[in-house]
Amino acid sequence: MSQPTVTKKIKSTAEGVHRDILKRRKPSLKFPLRSLSNVKYDPKAGHFEMRGRTKERTLTVSTVKTFAQTLRMMALSKQLVDTDDIATKREAYYVSKNWDDARFLEQPESDAVMDDVEALFAVNREQIGFVPEEKGGEISGKLVIVDKDSETGKPLRIDCTKFGSGAYSIPISVEHLKFETDADFILVIETAGMFQRLVKHKYWKTANCVLVSMGGVPTRACRRFIRRLADFKKIPVYVFVDGDPYGISNIYRTLKVGSGNAAHLNEFFCVPQARYLGITPQDIIDYKLPTHPLKDVDVKRARDAIKNDPFFQHHKPWVAAMEHLLKMGVRAEQQALAKWGLNYVIDQYLPDKLKNTERFLP
Amino acid sequence: MDLFNRTTAGGTSPAGEKPARAPRRKAAKAPRAAAAATPIEEAAPTAAGLPAEAAPIEAAPAEAIEPAAAGPPARPAIARRRETAESIGKRQRDISVAEFFQKNRHLLGFDNPAKALLTATKEAVDNSLDACEEAGILPDLDIVIDEKAEDRFRLVITDNGPGIVRTQIPRVFGKLLYGSKFHTMRQSRGQQGIGISAAGMYSQLTTGQPVKITSRTGAKKPAHYFEIQIDTTRNEPKVLVDREVEWDRDHGTRVEMELAGLYKKGRRSVDDYIVQTALANPHAAVRYQPPKGDEYHRDRITSELPREPLVIKPHPYGVELGVLISMLRETKGRSLSSALQADFARVSERVAVGICKTAGLRPETRPKALGVQEIEALFRAIPKVKIMAPPTNCIVPIGDELLLVGLKETVKAEFYTSITRPPSVYRGNPFQIEVGLAYGGELPADELVDLWRFANRVPLQYQQSGCAIARAALTTDWRKYGLQQSKGALPAAPMVLFVHMVSVWVPFTSESKEAVAAYPEIIRELRLGLQEVGRRLGGFLRHRRRLAEEDKKKSYIKSYIPHIGIALREILGLTKQDEAKVVEVLTETLERSRTL
Repeated sequence: MSQPTVTKKIKSTAEGVHRDILKRRKPSLKFPLRSLSNVKYDPKAGHFEMRGRTKERTLTVSTVKTFAQTLRMMALSKQLVDTDDIATKREAYYVSKNWDDARFLEQPESDAVMDDVEALFAVNREQIGFVPEEKGGEISGKLVIVDKDSETGKPLRIDCTKFGSGAYSIPISVEHLKFETDADFILVIETAGMFQRLVKHKYWKTANCVLVSMGGVPTRACRRFIRRLADFKKIPVYVFVDGDPYGISNIYRTLKVGSGNAAHLNEFFCVPQARYLGITPQDIIDYKLPTHPLKDVDVKRARDAIKNDPFFQHHKPWVAAMEHLLKMGVRAEQQALAKWGLNYVIDQYLPDKLKNTERFLP
Repeated sequence: MDLFNRTTAGGTSPAGEKPARAPRRKAAKAPRAAAAATPIEEAAPTAAGLPAEAAPIEAAPAEAIEPAAAGPPARPAIARRRETAESIGKRQRDISVAEFFQKNRHLLGFDNPAKALLTATKEAVDNSLDACEEAGILPDLDIVIDEKAEDRFRLVITDNGPGIVRTQIPRVFGKLLYGSKFHTMRQSRGQQGIGISAAGMYSQLTTGQPVKITSRTGAKKPAHYFEIQIDTTRNEPKVLVDREVEWDRDHGTRVEMELAGLYKKGRRSVDDYIVQTALANPHAAVRYQPPKGDEYHRDRITSELPREPLVIKPHPYGVELGVLISMLRETKGRSLSSALQADFARVSERVAVGICKTAGLRPETRPKALGVQEIEALFRAIPKVKIMAPPTNCIVPIGDELLLVGLKETVKAEFYTSITRPPSVYRGNPFQIEVGLAYGGELPADELVDLWRFANRVPLQYQQSGCAIARAALTTDWRKYGLQQSKGALPAAPMVLFVHMVSVWVPFTSESKEAVAAYPEIIRELRLGLQEVGRRLGGFLRHRRRLAEEDKKKSYIKSYIPHIGIALREILGLTKQDEAKVVEVLTETLERSRTL
């Protein structure tokens, strides 16, 4: 969406509000409902889509504060777009401190209003001038990234095999990046610890792959980066996370099909070709992994996934795997493999698994 | 008893054990036989004719040396007897009531110094108010307490009552269980005639000082001044001074006593008692000078005396067997039927005959000829016969209007309400409940509600947990009325709760008259009263919350609408006039639509 279009959208919404006010009607704004209950899983497109349910915020005495804040946030957004500037979520929060009574008291309040505005116009928050603070993830391995020098505009080739014991940081915006690679697959890893082990022993060389560290739930930039790279080279994406409901339903599912919260953007921020390498519930048995008991939140999360998450509901093997996990009542971390030796994961587990990629969970 | 014990203890302590020694040695040889023989052998000499009390005492020293030399000290005897029926019988005599209460002063409310000061004040004030009302005089009360020495107080209470005739003064103040109220069924503060003389006795016990009384019965009569002590063994007054004096009052009584006590402020203090007494007696003028701090003065709120409470006969439903027996022994009625009709309330000839028939007795029987078993049959028959409730015009509540005025004057609050329930009956005794409530204002917000309990216009300050009034307040669900309340506790709110029970006979749980007994009928009436004031408070709180919400909404509109104007100006590039227009129109729209 080009910048003038965003400005236009903001203006037309504000005009509607203005018109209603002058006609002595109570203006209202319609927001897409941002929750898991308002998404459906589209197996063909491979991501969550909005179901079109909306919530309407009518200006009344009790909503006047949020309404005013939403409008002021829109005004800030328009200003950012018009002047080609950006503001982080935190900065936007501090800008609001200038709004007297309408200021936000805590950042989560301003984040929520920002998410509303983003959904209202069905745009990525970067397009309305807001950028996230979060870091995007790290890359190591058989990949050359072609960026641009911000001063000269000349292409800048970054070889991801040459970071030694460090790694390449995914930038906040990845749309302009180009790739050169002959890797066979992309291995996406949950924890920085496991990523470091694989980098240290140059696993990317052994397996001819690109290693990505997510560091928890993947950011939008990280998801977009993996998506673009996988699409570009048509190479598979394998995901290696902890064998627990959080690793499966929060991290893996968000990477693959997107989140329920920003469903209007999932189309771009998802990696439909991702496959689940492990740790699977069956791995816990096959590799006799040391475990911890599932906590109450884990059990709740797993049940919720089976019951309410359209992605899991669509994939029967996943329902079975989750139920298996619940039945065992335990979870196992990636690092649990160290029980068999620190490099067991490199020498035994990953090679074993990669022999049968067709058995990976969807 | 005391005397005897002291005498025994006077000898060396092993002395008492000696008589048992000799037989005990036998017991070692033939244990079983000896056990039975011991008492007989031991008792024999005393029974044989020696002076009963002297026997063990004289025997003791005689034997005292011998066993001590005989060997190691033996264990005390298992069964010993030093008394015979005759020896005990010689010591059996009247226990003087005064002596009894001297040992059981906690029963009368003199168990600790702080409470003693309060109880003494209370007894004197109760008497004054009762006397004034009986004589149809609007009471003027003057209470002065000063600290003579540490923990020693002088209490002076002066009233404008009818005074006490000279010959009665010693007995009223110097004899326990002497009074005018015990024998009548009438609403009054005092009941048993213990109070003021017990206070005097406490004073005497703790300071040795006599009670000083000045009393005058009329302008043309002289004022008499008495100093009286109580002979606690005989329950008789001992007059130390009796003379005529000059007094500036036409009529009234002044009581002065010195006592050990403790003066403190706060709940259950004398100060609280005085304030609450004034509240419950709007027709009285009260002046009070505490030992420390400012004088308290409350003019009367009404110059109308409360209607005079009527004396009523007891109702059959409330009578106890023992009372019934003595009533029938002393009745003037010649037949059982006429005795019942004459001595009880609400007993018509039909009812009397009904009771007799149910009991299987002839109505013509001479009451004095009835045996205890027959009276018991009569007693059991009473509840089976339907008898009209007793008249209730005999009790006089404060009245909700005067109560409200009093509450407003006494407590600085935001909301007041009061209710006087219709009269009701427990066990044949008419009673009536009044409840008042003051909420908010300067009352402390986070504390439990202050419960002020009253019985026949007297504040009750101790034993709250054992009182029917507290129980009813505790078991009322105050959350329904918008207050916070933990289970089994009073609600926490800035609130004073006033609860008053009036009755011809308030069922106190003890002689110190601190708690009302929990008869189901009383609990029920209390609850109904509490619920009614609760509902009214609930209505007030809801209304207040609505007003607060309205204010909040108003300020919401004021605070946030300008920002809608600013945002629209920024986005749409409106002029300042356009922006002002937006704010103005939107404010109107929202204010009009405000749902309240």
